[in-house]
Amino acid sequence: MSGELERFRQETRGWLEENCPASMRTPMPPEEVVWGGRNAEYANPDSKLWLERMAAKGWTCPQWPAEYGGGGLSSAQAEILAEELSRIHARPALTSFGISMLGPVLLEFGTHEQRLEHLPQIVRGEIRWCQGYSEPGSGSDLASLNTRADLHGDHYIINGAKIWTSYADKADWIFCLVRTDFEAPKHQGISFILFDMDSEGVSARPIQLISGSSPFCETFFDDVKAPAGNIVGRLNDGWTIAKRLLQHERTMISGFGLAGGQAEGGGASEGTVESIAMRYRGDAEKLSDPVLRDRIAQFKIDSEAFALTSRRSAEESGGGEPNHISSMLKYYGCELNKRRCELLLEAAGNRALGWEGEGFDEDELSLAREWLRSKANSIEGGTAEIQLNVIARRVLDLPDLTGILRGKR
Amino acid sequence: MADSLLLNEEQQLLRESARGFCREQAPLSLHRRLRDSRDADGFDRDLWRRMVELGWTGMAVPEAYGGYGFGHTGLGLVLEETGRTLVDSPLIATVLLGANAILESGSEAQKAELLPRIVAGELLLAFALDERFAHDPGRIETVAVPQNGGFALNGGKTFVLDGHVADRIIVVARVDGGSESPANIGLFLVDAAAPGLEVTRTIMVDGRNCANIALNDVAVSAENLLGGAESASLPLRGSQIRKADLVGADSTRTAKEKLDRVLDIARIGLAAEMLGSIEEVFERTLDYLRQREQFGVPIGAFQALQHRAAEMYNEIELGRSLVRAALAALDDPASNNDRIARFASAAKAKLSEVFFLVGNEGIQMHGGIGMTDEFDIGFFLKRARVAQQFLGDAGFHRDRYAALHSF
Repeated sequence: MSGELERFRQETRGWLEENCPASMRTPMPPEEVVWGGRNAEYANPDSKLWLERMAAKGWTCPQWPAEYGGGGLSSAQAEILAEELSRIHARPALTSFGISMLGPVLLEFGTHEQRLEHLPQIVRGEIRWCQGYSEPGSGSDLASLNTRADLHGDHYIINGAKIWTSYADKADWIFCLVRTDFEAPKHQGISFILFDMDSEGVSARPIQLISGSSPFCETFFDDVKAPAGNIVGRLNDGWTIAKRLLQHERTMISGFGLAGGQAEGGGASEGTVESIAMRYRGDAEKLSDPVLRDRIAQFKIDSEAFALTSRRSAEESGGGEPNHISSMLKYYGCELNKRRCELLLEAAGNRALGWEGEGFDEDELSLAREWLRSKANSIEGGTAEIQLNVIARRVLDLPDLTGILRGKR
Repeated sequence: MADSLLLNEEQQLLRESARGFCREQAPLSLHRRLRDSRDADGFDRDLWRRMVELGWTGMAVPEAYGGYGFGHTGLGLVLEETGRTLVDSPLIATVLLGANAILESGSEAQKAELLPRIVAGELLLAFALDERFAHDPGRIETVAVPQNGGFALNGGKTFVLDGHVADRIIVVARVDGGSESPANIGLFLVDAAAPGLEVTRTIMVDGRNCANIALNDVAVSAENLLGGAESASLPLRGSQIRKADLVGADSTRTAKEKLDRVLDIARIGLAAEMLGSIEEVFERTLDYLRQREQFGVPIGAFQALQHRAAEMYNEIELGRSLVRAALAALDDPASNNDRIARFASAAKAKLSEVFFLVGNEGIQMHGGIGMTDEFDIGFFLKRARVAQQFLGDAGFHRDRYAALHSF
């Protein structure tokens, strides 16, 4: 390793030693995840301190250019930072759709002014974003969307409804797909626009899921005004940006497959399927149910292989743009997470079946809810079936039946 | 920092040259010809000489013993390519198992004598381990009775790869009178012409060359205890041999641990070969999906088949990552036995499953023509079955993987 990188590692280690509060080096309970935003809530005051310190260095977005508030790190430096953070088990300072989805496409498609306006606020966690994609009539066939934006002078008037908008009730701004040309073929009349969720005419209603929680909303737009300059990229070319953003989203969601510390060396650590299974179903040496044991071994091998594949994919792209491999990672990561939840339920037997109240501890009560929540993994961000379509068509280059039939007509 | 999973330029060139060689000089038609002619050797000696000239026998042998120090990743890449055309050669038995057994267990003198001959292609080896219908290295019943300063071996071995052509056979045996302790396992180098040794070739479903071996009072001198010669000053008399002496120079590991390391190296190499075969079946199947027309369209346009193809792709990518990581772990001097063992069992279990999946789908997606002997795709299904059984099937390795992770 070059001396310069080694020096960077030493400096980073020293800085983290001084600046990462002790409580930020412990496992993060779900209620302490920091999403930022105008109405940010900090269940733990150290979280706020940790965010401010990391944001001041631009390290919430280590590889974004410094002129937009990012850390300006090379991919080698960013890797070192990640390693040093993981070495001290540091919590993520900020979790946001601005970081994982919008930022990367603004860097690729946005104007200098748009980047200046939005990126520094994302880095600092000042604005919380949500994603206006799916509509009641447009799920897997996303490009059939009908939310319309009509130009009136220097602004658009937006009308329509979105659904499955994650945390729309808590978000400050939305990146939204709207139809701006109703005559063109469906993929060619869509634009990608940004607007404030505080605008007149925006309303959001949480949807209660089978898990009992409400991460998703129905979102309604009733004559909402947005400046014409808030369109990202070219007018009617929003589908290009939409697809790119989906690749970023899929890469993010594929991280579910890394849950539970199943990568190499995950061993008997806390929270793994095998450690929980051993607690409920183990004797001194091994799991007493050989069938469950075999399935957990198979799951763990697949998880380890998946973690290696995520790493290999990142190494192969050299930290560059995501590609269609993101569909493979999204598909497999989600299937793995669902398998993990199923196995956990099986391992804990009737202790995993409590819904609320006395008789179960908190971890046990979360098992069934997490299991139910996991069913959305292979629906959100593009269903499992859509990912398999993308792999078959874009990666394996298999023929397109719709195209062939259209040609024959 | 974790080992990189990317190939360097040198490794990429090696793979390309191996691919070119196999495609031109060892195509699948050669495998078919050897099978059809019921070839006595089961491999082409002329081709083997050319493989030796390419340096494949010395790929993972250190330079001190005449090898080329390309590492396990280097040999793994070659095996991936030989797997694509199902090359019949002594690479697995002689190089992967034999050379590594000598490297792990042998004395300096044995390494210096035997390894250069293996690299030069002058010596063919077989590794006689299995005794029953399934792989079980923890239960060896072949016994070595100390006798006349050496040993007498008695027992039976089966599924011995290349047993019928080997010049020497490495026999895994338990020292008689010793306990079931892992330290009691010994590796014995037996000459193919030794009195009392009976070798019967078995024709396997995939054309791979195996043998059954009977050992009736086969005398082995102390020098041919792999690793024993270095302790020549020890009183090798009667039952006085100390268990620890059976393990050779490196007494920090038991003989069983060394045996496990040899088997793990071979399992990982075999997984690399399986990966190559898997890639080949998959590519052939994709080509067929693009070409074969029914109902007026290529059948690959049907979503039912597309999704199954995509699922195969996913599984293959996972398998590839495990093979790369396992080979890198072997080449990483910091890897301990447990780390290698976990990777070996993960890779062998996963690749066995994926080979089944892809082998079966290869037949199904080719339809009727896939069932014909004239068409090549069936060869891969047959190899999948034998490769999965060899050195432990998926169930064996999942059980071992779980035990290695304490559950």
